Amino acid sequence: MPPERPLPPLGRRLAPVTASWADGAYRVLEVSDEEGPEPLPGQFYMVTEAPDWEGSSGRPYLPRAISFAAAEVRGDGVSLEFLLDEVGPGTRALSALTEGSQVWLTGPLGSPFSDPGEVTEGALGAVIVGGGIGIAPLAALRRSLVQKGIASRTLLGFREPAAAGGVDRLFGCEEVRVAYESGDDSPARVTDLLARVLAGDSVGATAVYSCGPPGMLEAVRQMCAGADVGVELALESPMACGYGACFGCAVPKPDGGFLRLCIDGPVVRGDAITTACAGEAP
Amino acid sequence: MSDTPSLRTEFCGLELGSPILNGSGTFDAIAARRVFGDEAVRVGSFPFGGYVSKTITEEARVGNPPFRTWETPAGMINSIGLPNLGLEGFLEAQLPELRELPVPLIVSVMASDRDGFARIIGRLSAAGGIDAFELNVSCPNVHSGLIVGERPEETAGLLDRLRPLTERPLIVKLTPNVASPELIASAAEAGGADAVSLVNTLKATAIDPDSDRPWLGAGSGGLSGPAIRPIALQQVRAVAAEVSIPVVGMGGVTDGQSAYDFIRAGATVVAVGTENFRDPLAGLGVMRGLEEVLREKGVEDLGAIRGNTLS
Repeated sequence: MPPERPLPPLGRRLAPVTASWADGAYRVLEVSDEEGPEPLPGQFYMVTEAPDWEGSSGRPYLPRAISFAAAEVRGDGVSLEFLLDEVGPGTRALSALTEGSQVWLTGPLGSPFSDPGEVTEGALGAVIVGGGIGIAPLAALRRSLVQKGIASRTLLGFREPAAAGGVDRLFGCEEVRVAYESGDDSPARVTDLLARVLAGDSVGATAVYSCGPPGMLEAVRQMCAGADVGVELALESPMACGYGACFGCAVPKPDGGFLRLCIDGPVVRGDAITTACAGEAP
Repeated sequence: MSDTPSLRTEFCGLELGSPILNGSGTFDAIAARRVFGDEAVRVGSFPFGGYVSKTITEEARVGNPPFRTWETPAGMINSIGLPNLGLEGFLEAQLPELRELPVPLIVSVMASDRDGFARIIGRLSAAGGIDAFELNVSCPNVHSGLIVGERPEETAGLLDRLRPLTERPLIVKLTPNVASPELIASAAEAGGADAVSLVNTLKATAIDPDSDRPWLGAGSGGLSGPAIRPIALQQVRAVAAEVSIPVVGMGGVTDGQSAYDFIRAGATVVAVGTENFRDPLAGLGVMRGLEEVLREKGVEDLGAIRGNTLS
């Protein structure tokens, strides 16, 4: 059974921004959630600039679905860290927030990662495969595995070394290998690192967890299927609501039809979908 | 004058504690309960005075391929494609839970011809526990090829077929994609409709800046949100001036003032749609905001202001 989801408060709530800083190619937004429960790794929040989006062009209009990278219970609530990549008006507006600003939060939402034994029968350890901004939910997962005493190896891929800032802080230095597409060293892709691990002896007792660009996720999904290793993927999709209302975040299922990624995911088993590239141009 | 204006509203014989409904397909009460727990469907925290289901079709539908949404300035385009469990799936898996909601239940239905509508209405009426039906007529009649809700004679013909089948209120959901929605509304009224609701979404599309192709999997969709509010307000005003049956006004309602505007324009009740995506409790926020506006203006009940901008 997947872990029981913590119950989020009904409705959105205001939360103060307690810090924000640049971390490699990304920006970290630290928020203090004084009303919500402690989230589980893989879960996400719908996040909006408060008191409301103020984009002069009318965008951003909808909240943005963002997985948390770290959560720590402090005296006055849960301190949440979100990693931001400025890809559009929403993430730009959130990246501009500083200490003293506020955000609207709804969540924690969605399905968390399962324990390794739930992903691959008999698995006692984990391999974490992340790419780019997709490292965020995996950082939370890695910390939770360490706390549970579950062994894990972490394989991360970035376009260039400058994008990997914050990796040491988020993941710790142990058992983390990083690949750069722009680097001179081989291998250049995180999936090359995964291929070596999957070719190793202990692969049968391993669960794979992955988050990153759709192409990378689909490669990981297929590699794991080929190696008969269970994998959980944290997927991304445009989401208007995050709680099952809009039916916008459709991901194709093998038996026809679609998952609603916000409530059936965002963490899904590799065999629960037909592709991690849904909606991508062929 | 009482401190709290009364928002109790009689609508098609239904007693609503709040004049705020949800737009069909913008709030899934079952999913909301799954996500937020029982509080989401409890008296006092359920955000609407009446609940409108997502549209039910005879056969199950999986919906459109992704992507299904696109954010616009002050709104969004959706092309969801009416995914639903189909009539039997709805009866078995959803209706029992929806009957438990603390407010009247309005079920939205669609079919590709009059007989299909008739079969759905007949079956749902027999099942019981449904307080009203909303007819989604933004679909082609397979026999004529015409969008039912774009033609007065198609709309009237559908009502002629359905009116004898149920004593429950029939609400016709009007499309804004016509030159004169009041003509469709009049045809619905003449056919025996108990109310009309408007507006549905406006036809719209978006181009993916990276691929230069349509972003939405289905190519096009419908625009909603505050971006369409002035258009919706005008259409509600035009329709309310033309018909004597109640009007459900919607289109970019985000707060008390915008709900108030729709009532001034002639709406009996107001539906919140896209704003639910930004806040699961938007319906409650709009209701409280409406109370506040009425209090500020010294209005004791909605009947005193309804349709005051018609002349």
